[in-house]
Order: sequence, then structure tokens, then C-alpha cells
Amino acid sequence: MLKVVHYINQFFANVGGEEMAHIPAELREGNVGPGLAFQQAFGDEAQIVATIVCGDSYFNENMEEAQKTIINMVKELQPDLFIAGPAFNAGRYGVACGTIAKAVKDQLNIPVLIGMYKENPGADMFKTSLYVVSTKNSAAGMRDAVKKMAPLALKLAKGEKIGASSEEGYMPNGIRKNFFDTERGSKRAVKMLLNKLVDKEFETEFPMPDFDRVAPNPAVKDITKAKIALVTSGGIVPKGNPDHIESSSASKYGKYDIDGVMDLTEATYETAHGGYDPVYANLDPDRVLPVDILREFEKQGKIGSLHRYFYTTVGNGTAVKSAKAFAAKFAQELKADGVDAVILTST
Amino acid sequence: MCTIVPISLTVGANRIVPTIAIPHPLGNPSLTLEEERDIRRNLVGRALRALETEVTEQTVFEK
Amino acid sequence: MKLELGYIFIKDIQFAETSKVENGTLYVNKEEVKALILEDQNFKSADVELAKPGESVRIMPVKDVIEPRVKVEGPGGIFPGMVSKVETVGSGKTNVLKGAAVVTTGKIVGFQEGIIDMTGPGAEYTPFSQLNNLVLVCEPIDSLKQHEHEKALRFAGYKVAMYLGELAKNMTPDQVDTFETPTLVEGIKMYPELPRVAYVCMLQSQGLMHDTYVYGVDAKQTISTLIYPTEMMDGAIVSGNCVSACDKNTTYHHLNNPVVHDLFAEHGKTLNFVGVIITNENVYLADKERSSNWSAKLAEYLGVDGVIVSEEGFGNPDTDLIMNCKKIENKGIKTVLITDEYAGRDGTSQSLADADVRANAVVTGGNANEVIELPPMDKIIGHVEVADVIAGGFDGSLHADGSITAELQVITGATNEMGFNKLSAR
Repeated sequence: MLKVVHYINQFFANVGGEEMAHIPAELREGNVGPGLAFQQAFGDEAQIVATIVCGDSYFNENMEEAQKTIINMVKELQPDLFIAGPAFNAGRYGVACGTIAKAVKDQLNIPVLIGMYKENPGADMFKTSLYVVSTKNSAAGMRDAVKKMAPLALKLAKGEKIGASSEEGYMPNGIRKNFFDTERGSKRAVKMLLNKLVDKEFETEFPMPDFDRVAPNPAVKDITKAKIALVTSGGIVPKGNPDHIESSSASKYGKYDIDGVMDLTEATYETAHGGYDPVYANLDPDRVLPVDILREFEKQGKIGSLHRYFYTTVGNGTAVKSAKAFAAKFAQELKADGVDAVILTST
Repeated sequence: MCTIVPISLTVGANRIVPTIAIPHPLGNPSLTLEEERDIRRNLVGRALRALETEVTEQTVFEK
Repeated sequence: MKLELGYIFIKDIQFAETSKVENGTLYVNKEEVKALILEDQNFKSADVELAKPGESVRIMPVKDVIEPRVKVEGPGGIFPGMVSKVETVGSGKTNVLKGAAVVTTGKIVGFQEGIIDMTGPGAEYTPFSQLNNLVLVCEPIDSLKQHEHEKALRFAGYKVAMYLGELAKNMTPDQVDTFETPTLVEGIKMYPELPRVAYVCMLQSQGLMHDTYVYGVDAKQTISTLIYPTEMMDGAIVSGNCVSACDKNTTYHHLNNPVVHDLFAEHGKTLNFVGVIITNENVYLADKERSSNWSAKLAEYLGVDGVIVSEEGFGNPDTDLIMNCKKIENKGIKTVLITDEYAGRDGTSQSLADADVRANAVVTGGNANEVIELPPMDKIIGHVEVADVIAGGFDGSLHADGSITAELQVITGATNEMGFNKLSAR
């Protein structure tokens, strides 16, 4: 049988309200307060072996001390799962649940689950690092909370595959996961539109992303002395695509020597990109990566020099995160090679 | 250097030179090779000018 | 405009001496179909295979899927401007072999072709695993250029689909569904209290290998325009594109456009479905601006309260999607967008290439980067060796035992952006 340790505050342990919020962490055997409902939901699959009760003020005012004590208690018990809350809309309780659960997860490598109301400050703090089940805003929602938390808790304890947030009931954590909805997309779109038309609440399936910003670099002082590198997401590669860069969702980039190459031709280069009509780029790859003109400028002294290597990948269905990782890596090389400026071409 | 300027603006590029078309950003297959090179020369020249220009915010070098 | 769609339900497909439809079985004379394909001298050989639901069969690389239909009454023929004369279609009666499809395969044309598994985990992601498929394996002559190859295959598919459709011309359908779009004025009089809704259907038109045709015209040479939804049911819009298999709209999708069907289902009840605006996704920025200006202008002109916008493909078309959204919302018209996602194999990346705060109502067809394991199949129709190079595949996708590890992208229709499937993501 799976072993579970449950964390709750003084209020849910029936110790008292605000006046008892100062009590330090204590360990009790078996389930306490809401633990009973969890125990019933677990049936004989899991057992709450102990409950840790701690005052909300104590935890938040003595965070380091409290964490150390509780971590030691959990370490002794070696449970298969650590569950905290649900905290509903109690702010300090929510933060305590998140903080201690994260510590247990990080330090003891034990699966954890917490639950709270979406506007609890603890929700924003922890929803991307922990599974946080969305509950109602008061203890009246306990039954509903247990109904959502118990099955997910068992899955976590057993190390089973966790589905999408909307299936499992946890708050969206920024990790997109596929699942089969009950209706097809077009039907969901019609329903969403009908709600939007009458200003009824609707939930977008994909909240718009935030793109990061970087401060512009200072201008190049004298371009006629500058070493310029070429980088492209247009997939230009030596003929035959020697590194097998994928036509879509690239997992890598290529670095190719163009020492002495004056012009990219149909015979020597091509595109590996699967997202645009390749005919034009294959006939004359300079249409994507302008080596010919930069060589001309180099000869005329309009630039200092063209860097010996170009960097290339396929920007087709390639995750922003992958692209960022590629650039972070080769930017270091460019810097080390004394490159002053980069021309980046995209298709 | 990109054709779909709105994407470059959305993703946060700071010096942007608009180009011809997605499959041939720095060329135009309907022209002669020499005319194409003129276009490319002009666009790369504009990119160099962009690199030499101080900017404080996202800037599109239309000319 | 009013169209009656007569469904003849097909539950099985078999080869036979004579092509015919009898008791829910589609019988096909293989030699006649082969001869039809080989009329085109661009093909050096052709083979015809069957793939039924539940069979251990993998079809790849798939270019297009087409549903056999035939005009029974009313002007024009199926695929007007492409195969039939350029007559306005969408009225009268059309018979459909529901449950059957023509699938085209053969030597790969471009990276962007897909996989249909008839059983196993892959089958859950493609609607075409549920159909009785006639698979055309067409091998081109050696010197054939990519875009001529694509065109030849496209027409082979239409011709065979029409050949099969003809078999149902004089049959009594098992079920008849009627779809009618009144004129704008009549519609407003009929449903004065209902919100007016249009559908903005974005058509992939990025180039020689990424095109959609409307009455035979390449959509990239068009400006946003209006079309009756029933015209689409008669094949006024066909797919010629090779964008990633998962989110290309095959000809089958255009014939059975789910947004059209689901809006018709609510028409006269909760909304007034006034019609469809079609717009393209071109490679020039000026075209993108112009086309989205026009779709917004047409939505305004139709006096609609809301629109559903469906995308095709990903990457730069995300900009067309966002432009359509912004410009239509700026007219005071509410939008819901249907797209899919490229959130990386681990799902942690930003999913779209473009974004805007006004895009606050989005339906997703799922993360196309998610990795899937496709077990070996007993039979392969087509060429399995392209698994490593098609969009969504990578070095080592194809294993020695015939199983494939690849991104969902490789599966035809998996993350369809018309909302054809139940797949979603959070």
C-alpha cells in the first residue's frame, strides 16, 4: 500500500483559528481533519500514515526553521507521496503548502500535490513548478477538491503518466499536453463564439504567449572594419544536407566553412527547409544567404571581412525554445571568433 | 532580414530590414540574374546601414 | 442556395470484375482504375490497393485524401474548374460515398507528406483510419519536376474519386441532409433576433507546392472573396498543397468542412450563418496585408457580429491568422480562431510565431511537436523509407523493425485547424 504524508494548517486540524496560527509544526499519526476524506477516496490503495500540522503564521514567519523541521519529519517517514492542503483562498496557508511541497519535491525527490483556489497568491507562485489542483474559494468546496485531488495523487504516487491540465484538474503549468476532448474543434469553436457574442464567460484553449524583449545592441562603429557573420533560419546547407538537419522541427543547427566560397550555387548548396517552396532557393541559394554580395563588399572594402563560417538551421515548426538554445550556443562562438555583427536572414 | 515584418516585431528583433518574399527573401526569380543581384546588393547594403545606426527601440529600415 | 447531400454509407471495399456499389460495399475494378491513372504519361507505373479500418496497414507518404461524390441534380459537376466545367456548383443534389476515400501515395514529392495508420495508436490521430480507402500508388517518370509531379498526382486523385462517385449517381441515398443559405436580406428577415456569424476560411497558398485551388484558380492569385458553404461541398475548393501532413487541409477536409457543418447545425437556432469568406496565405507581406484587409472589410460589409477563423499550416500563416483577427476585431466583430501548436517536443515552448491580445478566444488542434511511437505494421503501402525526411521525422525515426518514432506532424490530419478532430492541448 502506498504511503502518504499530509500537510495541513492549525485551522483544518481543529486546533484553532488565527489565535493559534503561531503553533510550530507537529507530527500526528494517521489522518487528521480533511485527511479523512482523502483516506476514504484512496480506499485501500494508499494510506495517510501521518499528518503534519503547522500554524500559518509560524510557517511564514519562520520559514527556514519550519521547512527544516518538516523535511526531517518527511524524510523519516519515506512516503510515496506528499500532499498539502487544499488551502482554498487562504493566502498564507497556500504559500505554506506550496513552499513546503516544493521543498519536499526538490530535496527528497518525493512526488507532491497541493490544491488551492486560483486567486490564492500561492497559485501563481507554484503552478509552474508543482501540480496545483484548482479548488473552490472556501472550505465548502472540500468534497469537490478531494474528488479532483485524490485520483491525481494516486497517479503521482504510482508514477503514472499525467494527462493534460484540463483532464486532471491541475492548473495550466505552461507545459502544453495533447489530449482528446469530448467534442471536435469546430464544435468547440462554435460554442466559444456563442459565449463570446453574449459576453458570457469562455475559456481560450491557448492563452497568447509573451515574447521576451532584448535591449538593442549599440551600433557598429566602423562597418568597413567589421567582421560580419551570416546566420539563417532558411535552411541553406551544403548539397546533400550532411548533418541531416530536419525539414521541420529542427533539433540542431549546422556550422559550415565558406572559406574561399565566392558564390552559392545550385551544384554546391541547397535548402533543407520543408516550410516553403524550395525551387528558388535551390536554384540560387544566395537568394536566402547572400554570400555573393558580401564577398563583393568584402573586396570593395565596404565591410572588413565575411566570417569564415555561417550558421544555419530550419525555422519550420521549430520550437522557439530550441531556436533560443541554438543561438545561445553559437553566439558564444561568434564572440570568441571576434565577430562584430551578424546578418540574420529568415524565410 | 525578413519578409514577414510583423513576426519579427512580435518576437522582438531590434533592427529589421524587410525583404522580398518568404521563399526568396534576397532575390526575385522573375528578374534577370543581374537585376536580382542589384536588389540583393541594395538589401544587404541596407542591413549594413542598420548595423551602423544607433537604435533605442525596435526599428524597421524601410529605406 | 440549397443543396441536398445524399449519403450512401460504405461499410466495406473490395476489388471485383465490375465497379459498383451494392449493399454498402464499394466494388472496384482495379484495372480500370489503373488505366485511368496511366492516362497521364507522367506516370510510369500505378498500383491500386485497399486499406480498411482496423487492418495492420500503414500508408505513406500520403499526399491527398478525397471523398467520392457525384452531382445528381443541379448545375455543374464535382471539382468545377479543375475537372468539371467551371459552372457554379452548390445547389441541387449531390450523392456522397460516405465512409470511402481515395488516398494518393507514391514516390515522395516534398517533405510535407504524411502517414495514415489503419490501426494502433497512430490511427487514433487521423480520421482517415476510419474510412474504406482506395489507395493509388502512382510512380512518376524519372525526369518529372516536383511541381508537375504534384499536379499529376492531384489529378489522378480527382479522376479516380469522380469515377467512384459516378457509381452512386442513380442510387437512392441512405440519408439526405439539406443545407440552405438564404440571401443576406432574406436571412436577416428570417432570423432578426439571432447573431449573424460568418466563417473566414484561410487557404494555404505559399507557392508551387503549397497551393489551394478555388474553381481551378490558384488561391494565391485571388483576393479574399465570398463563397456559399454548399459550393465547398461540391468540390469548389481543392487541396494541392504539401504543407505538414498534420495541419494541411486535404480535399476531404474541404468537402466536409467541419466549421461549415457545425455552423449549419446551429443555423436558425442560436445563430444566423450568413456565409463563408475565403482568404489566402501568401508569401509577400503586401499580400498578407491586402488579403486580411479584405477579409475584415467583407466581414464588416456582411454586417456580422462574429466570425470563426480557421488557419492552415503554421509559421508565417500565424501572421495571416493574427492579422485577420486584429483587423476583424477592430471592426467591432468578435472572433474565435482555430489553430494548432508547435510547442516543442516537451511542450514548454511558445506555440505560435505571432500573437496579439485580441486573439483571446482560440481553439487548438494540439501540439504537433509531441512525439509519438508508431508500431510496425504488417503491410506498407507506399514507401516507408521517407520516415526520416518528412516534416516531423528525424534521423533515426524509422527503426529496423519497421516502427517509427516521430512528431505528430507526420500524421495526416492529426492537428487539423478546421477543428476536424477532438484532439486539443492545455
